[in-house]
Amino acid sequence: MNGGQDLGGTHGHGPVKPEPNEPVFHGEWEKRAFALTLAMGMPGGWNIDMSRFARENRPPAEYLSMTYYQIWFAALETMLKERDLVAEDEIAAGHSLHPAKPVKRTLSPGDVAKTLHRGGPTERDTNTKAAFKPGDKVRAKNINPPTHTRLPRYVRGHVGTIERIIGCHVFPDSNAAGAGENPQWLYTVRFDGRELWGDDGDPTSKVSVDAWEPYLEPA
Amino acid sequence: MSEHDHDHHHDHDHSELSETQLRVRALETVLTEKGYVDPAALDLLIETYEKKVGPRNGARVVAKAWADPAYRARLLKDATPAIAEVGYAGRQGEHIVALENTPKLHNMVVCTLCSCYPWPVLGLPPVWYKSAPYRSRAVSDPRSVLADFGVALPKETEIRIWDSTAEIRYLVLPMRPGGTEDWSEEKLADLVTRDSMIGTGLPKSPKEVAK
Repeated sequence: MNGGQDLGGTHGHGPVKPEPNEPVFHGEWEKRAFALTLAMGMPGGWNIDMSRFARENRPPAEYLSMTYYQIWFAALETMLKERDLVAEDEIAAGHSLHPAKPVKRTLSPGDVAKTLHRGGPTERDTNTKAAFKPGDKVRAKNINPPTHTRLPRYVRGHVGTIERIIGCHVFPDSNAAGAGENPQWLYTVRFDGRELWGDDGDPTSKVSVDAWEPYLEPA
Repeated sequence: MSEHDHDHHHDHDHSELSETQLRVRALETVLTEKGYVDPAALDLLIETYEKKVGPRNGARVVAKAWADPAYRARLLKDATPAIAEVGYAGRQGEHIVALENTPKLHNMVVCTLCSCYPWPVLGLPPVWYKSAPYRSRAVSDPRSVLADFGVALPKETEIRIWDSTAEIRYLVLPMRPGGTEDWSEEKLADLVTRDSMIGTGLPKSPKEVAK
């Protein structure tokens, strides 16, 4: 979606302000919001691409005015309500008011370390052949889906070079929509700064994105 | 709320934040009562990322690569198993690529679309990494971003920005500072800053560590 999250190349956000000796979390609620988000992945039954869409799918003004953990927490609430796992009256009351829905699995303390260690690899076996090879010129397609995509606006329509074939990976555009993993070839595509930003670009800069084959066409 | 917190959340008024705090607490209670989450598991998740997983992990990887040419070659060829050798793997680091800085090339990592970051080696991302100023300008004006960090590179140095748009996570292998030829891996790790592994900073100089 062309939402508030797609920030590459936008202006007016001011300087980057690193915080000296920044703590991992700013306050207790950030810790709990973070942990709840991770722990609910399993019983919630959603995937990482659905989570990303739930975070970005809000008015840009709202997205830009929220802290990152506020965004995470708002997305968690949205996903829980969409699946009828929690209702608004329960959050307002601070207690469970309706019977719990059966869930497949929950995260027990004994499973935390191995669940984090396993992670969620996205590379998949395939019988297909990659359409592009390193050195090929490709154009990022001009796509504008209102749904989740990982092709940022700032590269759409621009010509780059295939630098590396990464492998065959879960395709977020399908996975976020609940349409299955639909694995596709994934490439690192490199663009010259001037190709992306014209004369305003830094001639000594190059930018790469990791792009799935459906995002690309021969140039 | 401390002065410090106030500065950090400058865009948000107090009532908005306390409403979020209340809702987080309420939701945790609801989810616990329904049996969906176990608060002891939540505590462990928090402890893991507060105490065990952080940039010190990545610093050990970088120091090992500086000290051991065979390890450096393995890291640059296929970083995920090379990093697992040192004991780091898993969530948000399932597929890691190491990027070598040279006198001619400086690498810098961003996620313009969200907050993708190599957790097993760097921990959770700092607020600035997830912020609009960094995500917007890193790809279009990297030298001005570096200036925000007090870093000025030679004019002729090529800057390569890696936008983490898929599940590949990037770790910058900064250049080893001169004057450290006889240093142990452990001592070298003290030179490696978090920002030098993102590409928004440089390693400390031997003098800074000696202080």
